[in-house]
Amino acid sequence: MGLSARTLNEEEFFYGHKACAGCGGSLAVRIALKVLGERSVAVLPAGCMSAVGFNFPQLCFGNNAIISTFAGTASMLTGVEAGLRAQGIDNFHAVGFAGDGGTADIGIQALSGAIDRNDDIIYICYDNEAYMNTGIQKSSLTPFGAKTTTTPAGSNIRGNLRPKKNMFEIVAAHGIPYAATASIGYLNDFMRKVEKASKIKGTKYIHILAPCPTGWGTATDETVEIAKEVVECGLWYLAEYENGGFTLNYRPKEFTDVAAYLKKQSRFKHLTEEDIQTVRYSRDAKWEAIYRNFKII
Amino acid sequence: MGKCFLSGNEAFAYGICLARPQVISAYPITPQTIVVEKLSELVEDGSLKAEFIHVESEHSALSCAIGASAVGARTFTATSSQGLLYMAECLTYASGGRFPIVMMNANRSTALPWNIYGDQRDSLSQLDCGWIQAYAENAQESLDLALMSYYVAEHREVSAPFMANLDGFVLTHTYEVVEVPAKEQADSFLPPFVTENKMDFGHPRNLAFSAGPEHNTAFKYKEHIGLLNAKKVIAEAEEKFARIFGRQYTGLIESYRTEDADYILITLGSIAGLVKEKVDKLRAEGKRVGLIRLRYIRPFPNEELAGALKNAKAIAVLEKDVSFGNEGTVFTNVNSALHKAGISIASSNYIGGLGGKNISEADIEKIFEELKEEKTTIQFLGLGGAEKWVYPQGL
Repeated sequence: MGLSARTLNEEEFFYGHKACAGCGGSLAVRIALKVLGERSVAVLPAGCMSAVGFNFPQLCFGNNAIISTFAGTASMLTGVEAGLRAQGIDNFHAVGFAGDGGTADIGIQALSGAIDRNDDIIYICYDNEAYMNTGIQKSSLTPFGAKTTTTPAGSNIRGNLRPKKNMFEIVAAHGIPYAATASIGYLNDFMRKVEKASKIKGTKYIHILAPCPTGWGTATDETVEIAKEVVECGLWYLAEYENGGFTLNYRPKEFTDVAAYLKKQSRFKHLTEEDIQTVRYSRDAKWEAIYRNFKII
Repeated sequence: MGKCFLSGNEAFAYGICLARPQVISAYPITPQTIVVEKLSELVEDGSLKAEFIHVESEHSALSCAIGASAVGARTFTATSSQGLLYMAECLTYASGGRFPIVMMNANRSTALPWNIYGDQRDSLSQLDCGWIQAYAENAQESLDLALMSYYVAEHREVSAPFMANLDGFVLTHTYEVVEVPAKEQADSFLPPFVTENKMDFGHPRNLAFSAGPEHNTAFKYKEHIGLLNAKKVIAEAEEKFARIFGRQYTGLIESYRTEDADYILITLGSIAGLVKEKVDKLRAEGKRVGLIRLRYIRPFPNEELAGALKNAKAIAVLEKDVSFGNEGTVFTNVNSALHKAGISIASSNYIGGLGGKNISEADIEKIFEELKEEKTTIQFLGLGGAEKWVYPQGL
């Protein structure tokens, strides 16, 4: 029987934290820990989830959990896994939850090292597309056009000029045993991927898009909807990498309007029709590559 | 194994092997490499049962060790110079989390200019990071420190990481005859690592958390007390060590012919061997000179120094370090100890050995000679032509 909201563990492992209303990242952490269960050690670097969950004496993880250095999510996971194994302890999950900056910027070296060693860890990147904890600064996973506090939208520069770094395929290029993309708009898909990762030996990487109402400028009750829409309009996709090949898990019948997705968010409000056309072109180029290189289900 | 001909690095590796760490994470840097190469051989041949993790940087080396320590594993790492600086963020992390990791640091100069040779600016720049800092004089002491480091670091009343410093090349690469204890002896000295400060499936914990202004001082105060407690635990460890192995160490400082000495040179690390020889020669000439070797600089031997220096007429601190714009850091620390004890004597600072510059017997003779003038000065040794740039002020 597959995992679903009906069969999911009722125990809460991430509870009583002070994340913003409508936080996508906290949903990803909460659901992943329900799938992985009590024999999990969670490692979280500096970032939103550690900032909202570890304020002494109000500690919010029901399982073992620790904050790592910002750059050290993967290397600390390595140590946790090796330390437990060296003491003869087995049947556990060493799982990391790092944001986009903690993963694609400052933490990418340690992540690459862990994948290279094929350490038996699960690394989950909750991607809210900017340094939200420090006040919405650009990361290398901030999409083209987004206004952040370090990529202001003015008359000279209209927000972030660079596209999102392709972390999923960068990770896959290591020859990792398992990597996947996900969105908090498709929780059954995410749960299935976490469960699958938990049964594979070696390094596992799941990249989950997790909207941030505070940073994206959306209503707090729209998080899940926007996380669906980003997939439906083709700016994000649900896929897996295993045994050396990519598989697309979900193919929208027809893409919804990119402009509608962008204009819902105040971070894209300034975009011109020309900018939106640029986004469409890059989406279409990406999907051409997906059709070329991915197995389509 | 009995008597072996070993370099400082190798001796330290054998000491670590006897301590049975469960996780070793390391990244190579000259002149530390041999200690981790030796340990990987000992893991390969089955002498040591440990997870050897080939991390991709020093930051990850210590981050990995913190992760392993946080689940209750005994851990070891080693570094030097730029590597120590690269992992600096993790140094305060390990100490703040009260993780008793042991690290060997091969003392080496720090860039710029690039230089692979030994001085002590790397470790002395990290005095405030909450680690115990010890400095070995020779290969035997290196091995013995490796074994004792875990005893001290893991002691419940200490719970602090331990940095054992070996002078780069001069100690790490010089071969000496070293007594390597038997495993059974080592096991009778060092108990297994037992801690409640760990993540545990029977008793889940959240570690390495945030603590705001209300609680922060209390955590830092306890950390400070832990390091101060190391003083009595070091004494306890050395007493037990002497009982089992027959080698007696002398706590935070080693006093050499200081009982009736008028002029005392204070230093740390391997240069102490040469100073001892010089002291013997000067003593033979009837000169009342002595040496104090700082074996530990954190915790700092305030009372020990005050006791040993109370009858001296003048002291000199010889160190391979400078805190730019002020003076040698060891000198600052020593003067603070004197001041607190109400001892008012001339103290001078000799900054030497930078970037591996040789400190000669003549240099040491000059220091003892100048001590008789009972002045307070700060001087560089081995300027190599830079004397033409005038020292801006009197001090």
